[in-house]
Amino acid sequence: MAERLLTFSIFRYNPNTPEIKPYMQEYKLEEMPGMTLFVALNKIREEQDPSLMFDFVCRAAICGSCAMLVNGKPRLACKTLTKDLPSRITLLPLPVFKLIGDLSVDTGTWFRHMSLKTEAWIHTTREFDPRAREERMDNETALKIYEAERCIECGCCIAGCATANIREDFLGAAGINRVARFMLDPRDERSPQEYFEVVGTEEGAFGCVGLMACEDNCPMGLPLQMQLAYVRRKMAAAGLAARPQTRAC
Amino acid sequence: MSVYQTHTTDVLVIGAGLAGERTAIEAATHGLDVIILSLVPPRRSHSTAAQGGMQASLGNCAMGYGDNPDIHFEDTVKGSDWGCDQDVARLFANTAPIAVRQMAYWGVPWNRVVAGRKKLPDGREIEDLKEYEGLITARDFGGTAKWRTCYTSDGTGHTLQYTMDSIVIKMGITVHDRMEAIALIHDGERCYGAVARCLRTGQLHAYLARSTVIATGGYGRLYGVSTNAVINEGSGMFLALETGVVPLGNMEAVQFHPTGMVPVGILITEGARGDGGYLLDKNLHRFMPDYEPKKKELASRDVVSRRMIQHIRKGYGVESKWGPHLWLDIRHLGRKHIYTNLREIANICKNFAGIDPAEDLIPVRPTQHYSMGGVRTNIDGHAYGLKGLFAVGEAACWDLHGFNRLGGNSLAETIVAGMVVGKKVAEYTLGATLDCPLQLVNEHVRRQESRINDLISGRLGKENVYEIRREMENTLMEYVGIFRNGPDLQKAVDKLQELYRRSLKLGLRSSGKYASPELASALRLPGMIRLALCIAYGALNRTESRGSHAREDYPYRDDVNWLKRTLAYWPPGAELPVLKYEPVKITELPPGDRGYGESSAANAAKSGNHTQENKK
Ligand SMILES: Cc1cc2nc3c(=O)[nH]c(=O)nc-3n(C[C@H](O)[C@H](O)[C@H](O)COP(=O)(O)OP(=O)(O)OC[C@H]3O[C@@H](n4cnc5c(N)ncnc54)[C@H](O)[C@@H]3O)c2cc1C
Ligand code: SF4
Ligand code: SF4
Ligand code: FES
Repeated sequence: MAERLLTFSIFRYNPNTPEIKPYMQEYKLEEMPGMTLFVALNKIREEQDPSLMFDFVCRAAICGSCAMLVNGKPRLACKTLTKDLPSRITLLPLPVFKLIGDLSVDTGTWFRHMSLKTEAWIHTTREFDPRAREERMDNETALKIYEAERCIECGCCIAGCATANIREDFLGAAGINRVARFMLDPRDERSPQEYFEVVGTEEGAFGCVGLMACEDNCPMGLPLQMQLAYVRRKMAAAGLAARPQTRAC
Repeated sequence: MSVYQTHTTDVLVIGAGLAGERTAIEAATHGLDVIILSLVPPRRSHSTAAQGGMQASLGNCAMGYGDNPDIHFEDTVKGSDWGCDQDVARLFANTAPIAVRQMAYWGVPWNRVVAGRKKLPDGREIEDLKEYEGLITARDFGGTAKWRTCYTSDGTGHTLQYTMDSIVIKMGITVHDRMEAIALIHDGERCYGAVARCLRTGQLHAYLARSTVIATGGYGRLYGVSTNAVINEGSGMFLALETGVVPLGNMEAVQFHPTGMVPVGILITEGARGDGGYLLDKNLHRFMPDYEPKKKELASRDVVSRRMIQHIRKGYGVESKWGPHLWLDIRHLGRKHIYTNLREIANICKNFAGIDPAEDLIPVRPTQHYSMGGVRTNIDGHAYGLKGLFAVGEAACWDLHGFNRLGGNSLAETIVAGMVVGKKVAEYTLGATLDCPLQLVNEHVRRQESRINDLISGRLGKENVYEIRREMENTLMEYVGIFRNGPDLQKAVDKLQELYRRSLKLGLRSSGKYASPELASALRLPGMIRLALCIAYGALNRTESRGSHAREDYPYRDDVNWLKRTLAYWPPGAELPVLKYEPVKITELPPGDRGYGESSAANAAKSGNHTQENKK
């Protein structure tokens, strides 16, 4: 394949200098074999513009740091290969999250807040006994919990979600999936009523309009649709789903 | 006048990986006020990237029956090539099972024993008994006598870190993320906290604490190709070194993982070989059994890495434009196994190399992976040289790993050490006062301010941070790799010294204002080169081979002269570290044969007739 000359159009804005309005800046870069946006952005920073802000940590699609809008779609930049993109590439920061600067957004604070709101830890009245053997668990159950725990808090599902873009307090697919993770866990002693307080609201499972953009955007391929349905079923089974109309998703 | 914000707390933990968070939880459990600092949100720490697992001798799975802390201890000491402190290894092996079980209690979905007969990829039949069903199971990792590595599919680090962080959130422990410690506040005797720079605004902060814990992880990114996250730049280590009074232990002990994917260096977990994967050469020949008939692909990492390079040097490497590599073959494990237990590998192969490991071979080469060395502490985690300073996790040289860490022992160390050291931190802190002279704080902040001003104004020079950094990376890659020798190491030291001098004359090209990423890199670079010098100079002076430190000109372990630990100090204004040595603590297991590796093979060949001698 002939090497292409790529044109990057990148969103620039620093909240510390509000007098300088947001603008798009262009950079040209020669494509290299196997080039990811991680490689490309670092090359731009090191060779052309050391002020450019963006976030990478693991560069292996494991840590969830690097999500951004790549030609309009929420993607993990580190695992996006330039060869899969046209030669003109537009990069914007994820919406919904607080902007730190350029392509860097504060997903960390959002997800910590979500964990607090959903009380995303095991609720148990048992004490840990350091001398005792561990409680038994069926391996299938362990695998199911792990399946829901694979979320890397990247924010792609939030950024692409219609509800999250208009409702600041919406838990989003990641939040509802997080609740599902604890519902599935026999170690967590919360009752359906207690869960209802967390997700049985417009901020939770009932705020979702079911267009499933979230599942399409999830880089971990989490079955978000299934988890959303599971949580709603649980709420309904508890006889607590106050809403008459069911929504298709 | 300096403008900075001051925060006061009982315990300051620098680093929110597994080690930092576990230490913080322990200290908070003792009623202390804790602040954790981190470059990134805790759940993005490098600990989340660990896939393989965590060692603890539960003995629940068929291939683990009969396991106990004694065997774990012995494997660890052998793995370290007798470079570890045995009292630490003993404490560690005894505590690891409790650590794993506590993590289960807190919510980690460990994979569990499923009873029944099974056939291993090599044809052996095993049976998991009903009485153990539902208990935490384990997989095989290199250098262990039993299957001892507890895991959650391929996301062990992820589930451990998410669970640990859920407890931090539940306990309401304060975390300041995007806050980088850039200097320790100390008076040469006691540590009073740290100066930090906010990575959102660029503002300076002073954190004053009765005790300070360094939990900043490893320094993998000193090397040009590493399995490590890009934030693993060894910052906690160089902050400690910079005090002039705290030494770094065994910095020459650098682990190379056998299977970094070519060319990006992303790790393919040892679980791949543990679950039955093979290493193949360009003729698709499985060569490890030729070198290591007993442990094959599962000898310790230092040994497998050397065997791979040896084999490549004999001309059996697969040529590519990124240099020769070998193949990892997991096709025979079957699509189902690969896409459940090793799914992360499948994803990595697909995303970064465009291949499907159920059908294709994976290109691999030994790649920088882990720092055995670090801030030297005693068994309580208390750093040498400064009262009130502790270190824990990969940033520390506690010294559990000596000259080679076993796979799965690092996650276990972060949590076990977090428990043990956290308790000692609490004890120390409860008996300590917070009486930091304001003058001292001002001085420390001002020093950082003037560094920043110099970088912005370019007063001291116009050297380019990225260029010098690249040269440092290349120097280590080329001259301080898996096989080392005197002339190359000397070249590395000379080159690094030149780079070090230049790094003191950096000048920024951007404005350096606010959260400037260029400024952040420029502030770190001199410290990183100091670490590189500790590694290269320590390696030059250690005229023997031990664990991961393999000298071609001194190919044998030399217990007469080198059963000791290197301590590297950096006196103010120095251009080279000052090396001192201390004895290794041996309490139970006297130095002997590891049972795998080159010396073991040599022993067998010579059947003990000759003593080995390094050529002088
Ligand atoms: C790809 C990969 C796979 C691995 N797999 C395994 C495995 O299967 N089993 C195993 O046992 N080990 C494994 N390891 C090793 C193990 O994961 C690490 O050694 C361990 O997680 C380190 O934990 P830590 O808490 O010491 O540091 P980290 O998790 O690296 O955390 C460091 C923390 O310090 C913070 N920090 C750094 N500098 C500063 C600063 N200046 N100011 C403020 N904060 C700072 C960071 O933000 C971060 O929160 C693996 C390593 C890699 C690279
Ligand atoms: S299905 Fe629900 S959660 Fe998912 S994107 Fe649509 S509204 Fe958001
Ligand atoms: S559910 Fe998927 S898209 Fe949403 S935050 Fe988690 S990993 Fe990202
Ligand atoms: S950098 Fe970690 S997911 Fe992209």
